[in-house]
Amino acid sequence: MNERTMTCILCPNGCELRVTWAEEPSPATVSVDGNLCPKGLTYAIDELTHPMRTLTTSVRVRDGIQRLASVKTTTAIPRDALPAVRSALRSIELRAPVAIGDVVLADAAGTGVDVVVTRAVSKRTNEAMT
Amino acid sequence: MSEPIRTVDVAVIGGGPAGLAAAASAAREGADVLLIDRNPQLGGILNQCIHDGFGLHAFGEVLTGPEFADRYVRSAREAGVRLQTHTLVTRLTPERDLICSRIGHRETVRTRATVLAMGCRERTRGMIRIPGTRPAGVYTAGTAQWLTNIGNIRIGRRVVILGSGDIGLIMARRLKWEGAEVVAVIEKLPYPSGLPRNINQCLLDYDIPLYLSHSVTRIHGGNRVERVTVARFDESGCVVAGSEFDLSCDTLLLSVGLIPENELSRQAGVVLDQRTRGAEVADTYMTNIPGVFSCGNVLHIHDLADWAAEEGDRAGAEAARYATVAAPGEIKPSVAIRPGNGVRYVVPQRANVADQRVLLSFRVTAPSGATTIRAVAGEHIVGELRLRKAHPATMEQLEIQLRDEVHDVEVTCV
Repeated sequence: MNERTMTCILCPNGCELRVTWAEEPSPATVSVDGNLCPKGLTYAIDELTHPMRTLTTSVRVRDGIQRLASVKTTTAIPRDALPAVRSALRSIELRAPVAIGDVVLADAAGTGVDVVVTRAVSKRTNEAMT
Repeated sequence: MSEPIRTVDVAVIGGGPAGLAAAASAAREGADVLLIDRNPQLGGILNQCIHDGFGLHAFGEVLTGPEFADRYVRSAREAGVRLQTHTLVTRLTPERDLICSRIGHRETVRTRATVLAMGCRERTRGMIRIPGTRPAGVYTAGTAQWLTNIGNIRIGRRVVILGSGDIGLIMARRLKWEGAEVVAVIEKLPYPSGLPRNINQCLLDYDIPLYLSHSVTRIHGGNRVERVTVARFDESGCVVAGSEFDLSCDTLLLSVGLIPENELSRQAGVVLDQRTRGAEVADTYMTNIPGVFSCGNVLHIHDLADWAAEEGDRAGAEAARYATVAAPGEIKPSVAIRPGNGVRYVVPQRANVADQRVLLSFRVTAPSGATTIRAVAGEHIVGELRLRKAHPATMEQLEIQLRDEVHDVEVTCV
């Protein structure tokens, strides 16, 4: 049996998981101790086979009252895909106004997951930028 | 020159999670509510917290800071709160008048109840007294977060972070993503101050070293930071001789704690608790000044915005009741609630025995495994909480049941 301890990152509880598994980690062979909810098991299996992370970053906005709009992937994506998504976002410039939930990048880097706006940025009028 | 005066039932100072929740809740109780914020946008510090992890307790889903703020702005608006931005409250009088200032305008707002929700500030280099030169490139983590996430400004290329608070950890990952090299995170305590999940996803994922029991003992550089000296500290807080080493960097971030921002409260004569640096409050969140309430990070530093908002929700409802119930008599809370062995602080600090159930928020002094927290009044145990693990980084809550006899309550780790 293999054993590893890890901190679940799915919520601020941050459960300290003790994970044990046989030869190949799979839902059938992995068992978890220390989790407060069932997500702990899913997290442990993902972490052993293909770690998943949510990307939260920002993209540039033209003509807005802010220079940046914050964005996120709508769900977690493979950790290995984060650099490709970040680099795709770097070349994007939105035009104000943008609203929460607006899709910035569909099927980001082939993950099947969209990147959406998390903060509305209204159009700049005559006032100075803040 | 006479200034315009207007009167409201409840004024809330500060439009972060606690203030927005307090305003919405006061308005739902039927009060006429005005929320005042000095910034152009509501949401407070949530707007720069673009990472996720908010909302699990309040909404049962995981949101980013700006999305979490948006929910509260909407609910305050829907509840009928008047939201006034770009306005700084420069003074609160003991009679609950607010002297407000915005460009080209000054006015007095007369309030039946006022809720303090001004949040907190970061500890600075001056407050922790790091020796050395005074070059550019030393930032508090929250300032760096604002510059990066709102200002779109690159703050540096080689970064050392002092302090393992959550903002510092989040910024380590953020700066890495923005192309900076994060040399190390340095923590003076023998354990990290931030949430374990942030150690995992912000440091371990990016192979950023964490030096526990270490601190920065000197800053070097002329116009710009060139390097910092780091040393190991023993259990008594002294530098271990010969343990010093230098890290080359152009930027030093400080994530070394938060202090409730109580300038207005202090001027008005609000009594502060030495432990929390926030107001001393009764279980209604009312301070020693009748009709002045306090909630969120200005009352005590919370670990999660969800709890700050929830506290605001309770304080706002109490403020509305005080403001709208005819001739509120001055209620004298009759028991004191004190931290005992192993407990750093407890809020509220006072309670009325007539209020049977009281929710206590507290932090432990040191990390430990499974432990029991007990609230004792005289001979009686009035509340007990079993923790799987105890950590000073986590704010804990315990509900106590007060009895009719008047005994002070002490909360201890047993």
